[in-house]
Amino acid sequence: MNNYVVRKIKDRLMLIFIFLALVVALIPLFSILGEVIINGSSSVSIDFLTQPTPTVGEAGGGVANAIQGTLLTIGLSSLIGVPIGLMSGIFLSEYGGAKLSTSVRFFNDVLAGFPSIVVGIFGYTLIVLSIGFSVIAAAFALAIIMIPIVTRTTEEALKLVPATVREAAIALGVPQWKTTVSVILSNAKKGIATGILLALARVAGESAPVLVTMGYWRWWFAGLDKPVANLALDIYTFAISPFENWRALGWGSALILVLLILGISMVVRLFTREKY
Amino acid sequence: MLYKIEVENLNAWFGSKHVLKNINMKIKEKAVTAVIGPSGCGKTTFIRCLNRMHEIVPHAKVSGKVLFNGMDIYDEDVDPVQIRRKMGMVFQKPNPFPMMSIYDNVAAGLKLNGIRNKEKLDSIVEQSLKMAILWDEVKDELNKSGASLSGGQQQRLCIARALAVQPEIILMDEPCSALDPMATAKIEGLIRTLTAEYTVIIVTHNMQQAARVSDYTAFLYLGELVEYEATTNIFENPKSELTEKYITGEFG
Amino acid sequence: MKNSGKSSFFIKNLNAKARKISKKYLTGDRAFKFLTAAFASSIFIILGLMVYELIKESQLSIQKFGIGFLIGTKWDPAISQVFGALPLILGTLVTSAIALLIGVPISLGVGLALSEFTPKRFGFAISFLVELLAAIPSVIYGLWGIFILIPFLRNNIYPHLQTMFGFIPLFSGPIYGGGVLTGGIILAIMIIPTVSAISRDVFSAVPDTQREAAISLGATKWETAKTVISYSKSGVIGAIILGLGRAIGETMAITMVIGNKFQVLPKSLFDSWYTMSAIIANEFTEATYDLYVSALIEVGLVLFFITLIVNVLARLIVWRSLRLTRGIARE
Repeated sequence: MNNYVVRKIKDRLMLIFIFLALVVALIPLFSILGEVIINGSSSVSIDFLTQPTPTVGEAGGGVANAIQGTLLTIGLSSLIGVPIGLMSGIFLSEYGGAKLSTSVRFFNDVLAGFPSIVVGIFGYTLIVLSIGFSVIAAAFALAIIMIPIVTRTTEEALKLVPATVREAAIALGVPQWKTTVSVILSNAKKGIATGILLALARVAGESAPVLVTMGYWRWWFAGLDKPVANLALDIYTFAISPFENWRALGWGSALILVLLILGISMVVRLFTREKY
Repeated sequence: MLYKIEVENLNAWFGSKHVLKNINMKIKEKAVTAVIGPSGCGKTTFIRCLNRMHEIVPHAKVSGKVLFNGMDIYDEDVDPVQIRRKMGMVFQKPNPFPMMSIYDNVAAGLKLNGIRNKEKLDSIVEQSLKMAILWDEVKDELNKSGASLSGGQQQRLCIARALAVQPEIILMDEPCSALDPMATAKIEGLIRTLTAEYTVIIVTHNMQQAARVSDYTAFLYLGELVEYEATTNIFENPKSELTEKYITGEFG
Repeated sequence: MKNSGKSSFFIKNLNAKARKISKKYLTGDRAFKFLTAAFASSIFIILGLMVYELIKESQLSIQKFGIGFLIGTKWDPAISQVFGALPLILGTLVTSAIALLIGVPISLGVGLALSEFTPKRFGFAISFLVELLAAIPSVIYGLWGIFILIPFLRNNIYPHLQTMFGFIPLFSGPIYGGGVLTGGIILAIMIIPTVSAISRDVFSAVPDTQREAAISLGATKWETAKTVISYSKSGVIGAIILGLGRAIGETMAITMVIGNKFQVLPKSLFDSWYTMSAIIANEFTEATYDLYVSALIEVGLVLFFITLIVNVLARLIVWRSLRLTRGIARE
């Protein structure tokens, strides 16, 4: 049967294509990680981790100021982003049936898909225009990026607490809000913590909103109303510069950033064996 | 009379669980053969071995021979795709394709096999729906979704879909268990008319149904073929005590 | 066994106490609900404020150029101080379209591979790897793009493309490695994790009885997979639109490889171009006067609305599809 043979050939071809798709999808992953490790590790040294950015043309130097700045920035942003996300997540999971919940969830999802540069512009208009390019503005923009992530992961973590735990608490005569705060939150501790870590990993890698709220900064922390150095933004600045030593710093910074982010992601993955 | 299927030393496993043990059976052509037995006896596994559907489940294994028109379907050179085309299957829960119309559901198998000619498709679809006693009910709504019918109608649609590719054998796995008595009666009537052209093998947990509908009955228990006789003999004069106990409702 | 008199008194007392306590607690509950609801509602404030601020700060530009901004093709901050965003909008849409053309078939292939053809053990590992791709920051994609992808394409791929298809204007012209096609390629890589993960989920939700129906009719593995895809059509479309949303909003990676050249149309796929997000990233810190900043913010506003529409559309379709699939399966 001619038709049968054609179908068999199509079947074989499509299965090969599907397998190739898998391979093609994974090649960039290995290439990126490989290149970052290979090119970055030649830059990393004690100096690299303890010295600030060198001036143009100067040899040596490091990304210590960028590490300081990044940690400070994401720390500040979590001061705003985590409480809001946490409370929103609690609201959605405990009072999920309320009419308000559907729209909150929906718009959280929408915000999650937003271009981070637009969020950066928002931070610019709200804060930079009054205070100037500053770490506060950047932290604000990053906080907004964090909120949908923390909200969603908190809600999911709370939902996982088995009904039996809730019932036991209520049966003890504990009012619902106390139940939530003490019993359920502590049960969901791990899930919530991993959600926060995920959000931190995400904003640690954000450079577009940092660009428009802080801009490039070469020095150590100099005040909340000033910018700070940022690892992700430095990668951009170094990569497009024409200076060989800055480019090397760029690869080195990329390595640090990748280690930080992937480290967090892997820890999270191992902790949450969710749907594969 | 010819034997359409000859089963020789058929064994089947789910992982390490030995589900079918040394089944030997010769199935008569153009007759209805019922396979009965209590839950877990292996009757569903049995018919799924006939169209090589058992092996698609991970960790499933089959050994033995199933001769179809004299040829072992488990032979190395045989493509299961071709075997399945020759054996239509109707499942316990009706499973029409909801994203296709009634017409397209029936035509699905035909289109797969390269039949594109509109007139030919039209005529086979009509013929199949008529044989499945569904034509009159849907002939003006062939474009409606396959899922928009009642349960009984959906099952008849699935039968029409199976018939459309003109198989030689129809395998039915408890086709009426999800249906109400009226729908069941319609399908039982339909099964009798199919024997003019097809060999039907039907798995059922309903003994009265087996008695009503089949010419031959096979009784399976814990994976073994206990008795296989003309239906009247099994019900009036079972040879094995086990069969008698099952038929009189003492267990299962 | 306590005598009934004592126990009924005990119960009555308990009820009274419970009523008093419950009243107090009810207010505690209500306060807590209010508190959390207030935090949750901040999302509306954030989005609302965002729209407000973006519109407010774009006013200068909106008033100067009106609709002309959207169809204008001149961007001259230095001399005539005229700004038009059409080439940027086109650049964003075209690179995203290329990203979809390349990325979607690959993503569907990965989704099918994970849902239909991979044993569970491998599936977990492969999904993990694909999701790792999503965790890599955009700027590192850009870094890789500049130093690895561009030279690779320039030396190994593009010349052959030009040899084979050079007679089409799209494939003519000088090759420096970056440009429109490279931008599309890097965006394609970046949307693969999203589109393939959703596709995998949607395909896995298709009930096995549907696959069995196809197999029993004598369908091949690929034909059965086609049945699965068509069953989950709307979910797949939702996934694609979500991928589109990501591609549209992508900033750093694309600005690092696309060449950042403002022109109405590129001369070929190998020529440089510009996108909405890229121009904001490039020029924002150098915008020295108000109209300039306002124009860039207006670009941000346009980007905001396009992304909003795309994301809302996608979410609606994906939600609807998952509900539909579960609904049919329940029958």
